Amino acid sequence: MNAQVNAPATAPVTHVAIQSVAKRFGTVPVLSDITTSFAPGSFTSLLGPSGSGKTTLLRIVAGFVTPDEGRVTIGARDVTDVPVWGRNIGMMFQSYALFPHMSVARNVAFGLERRGIRGAEAARAVGQALEMVRLTGFGDRMPKQLSGGQQQRVALARALVIKPSVLLLDEPLSALDRRLRQEMQVELLRIQRETGLTTIFVTHDQEEALTLSDRIAILDKGRIVQAGRPADIYERPETRFAAEFLGDSNFLSGTVSQGAVRLGDGTVVQTAHPLPAEGSPVTLAIRPEKMAVTESAANLLTARIVTVIYAGPVLSYLLETRDGTKLKLFLANRDGTVLPEGETISLGWSPDHAIPVAD
Amino acid sequence: MTRLGLVFLGMVLLFLYTPILVLMAMGFNASPLYELPFEFSTRWYSDLMGNESLLTAGFNSIVLALITSVLATAIGTLAALALSRRHFRGRSLLQLLLLPPIAIPWLITGTAMLIFFFWTGIGRGMHALVIGHVALAVPYVVLVVGTGLQTVRADLEEAAMSLGSTPIHAFFAITLPLLFPSILGAALFAFAVSLDQFVVSYFLSSPGYVTLPVQIYSAIRKGFTPEINAISTLLLLGSMTVILIFARFARPGAPK
Repeated sequence: MNAQVNAPATAPVTHVAIQSVAKRFGTVPVLSDITTSFAPGSFTSLLGPSGSGKTTLLRIVAGFVTPDEGRVTIGARDVTDVPVWGRNIGMMFQSYALFPHMSVARNVAFGLERRGIRGAEAARAVGQALEMVRLTGFGDRMPKQLSGGQQQRVALARALVIKPSVLLLDEPLSALDRRLRQEMQVELLRIQRETGLTTIFVTHDQEEALTLSDRIAILDKGRIVQAGRPADIYERPETRFAAEFLGDSNFLSGTVSQGAVRLGDGTVVQTAHPLPAEGSPVTLAIRPEKMAVTESAANLLTARIVTVIYAGPVLSYLLETRDGTKLKLFLANRDGTVLPEGETISLGWSPDHAIPVAD
Repeated sequence: MTRLGLVFLGMVLLFLYTPILVLMAMGFNASPLYELPFEFSTRWYSDLMGNESLLTAGFNSIVLALITSVLATAIGTLAALALSRRHFRGRSLLQLLLLPPIAIPWLITGTAMLIFFFWTGIGRGMHALVIGHVALAVPYVVLVVGTGLQTVRADLEEAAMSLGSTPIHAFFAITLPLLFPSILGAALFAFAVSLDQFVVSYFLSSPGYVTLPVQIYSAIRKGFTPEINAISTLLLLGSMTVILIFARFARPGAPK
């Protein structure tokens, strides 16, 4: 059984593809018709709320879950019917999943042993892996004696040392506190770049997805609603869900009228983006930081400041228009001025930033 | 509060251990009628060596407890694994049904078993005792091992599989070593349940195969002799040694 998981000498640059994959648990569809691919050496985040199917998708790539329909290929190999232990994957779990009865070195060596690598060769590889995660000299410790961040690094070393074809990360940072988490994000990126491993990262944290990935796939109710470069999704969300889940967004609903959008109160909003047919209902998404307090812009709206949240570098204002629509406005804290609650202000934004989204 | 607690603890220990200590001491008292003053003698121990029926019953009890312990631990551990790691129809019902036997009085269980064994032709004797004791001990094993399993996360086996382990290898390399203290504890529990068992044993033993508690009971009915103190002392020392060794090395529940 070891023959099929022999570790290659160097990490291969592997392409991962998912074709028309569907999965139901009982009668509940968890994933429907997922087709996507992960470019060699890319770092992709599967982003979505709990229940969106992102973890199931990762577990299908890992081999813990067999899809009801569709194929999974890793490199040139169709692995749909290959069990987890034959897939040569590196996986990090949310709970670290270090073996508590084994030292750090034995944890890291576990996968090597399964590949028939022992003795000096294994020791050298373990040393290198621990060096890569900056834990040289920790080999004799037990997992219990390490901090959360250190355990996380051991888990990463254990996943990397087997030179996997693909690195799968199941919300590995969610148990860490904010500072450690940011540190680990930097480490993870450095190591991913150094190893060139195709990486799939499951998270519900949009900031983490933006920071780490060169591609994001947003999942909702078992479907990929949008996939692409983080900036493309952020600047040009296609659906209301994508606009809301990646970043914050204001939404204005109206109907298409003469190449613009007429809101319920009669205000006309210009957009630089293609609109559906005349007369059909449409929702516009506008990022809160792309609005400004101004009286001279292509699009204007007056609103009253309900709440001010002073967050340091950014001031967020919660606003309400006359017809009760709630809006958010993020202003950079340039000179320390805070607009008072209760004041009515004029908001303006460019037609470029009013993006029609599907509901 | 602490002092009150200590007083309570002291009283519990007093009431638990004093009768046992008296029993042990009387095994070394020359008087067959427990008369004082105490006069040291090993007479009852030498008498015991000649008491074929008590010795045989003691030997039977230990063999039966060992067999029960091995069988109940194996069956109960597998059951605990299935109940906590697998999803199958009727799982919650099975889990629920495991607990009541612990609360059912042994007299009732014993009567029920006797009727059932008689009716099915299983009858009485050693084989009936093995079946009965294993049935009594399995729920305890499932409870102890099941509790231990809760401290062994299921994703550890998944991590092992992601590193190249087959499910069988993952079980033997990860789960079993982590579960070992619980399994050992469960085995001792099963051993104790069998060794202590009187009521069910009384119903299921045949004239040719009697366990120590049953033999002691019939001996007492004929007249109490301090030989019983002697064999009880030996048995007690034996089982306490086992428990203390276990407590020293395994520390149930806590992975080493």
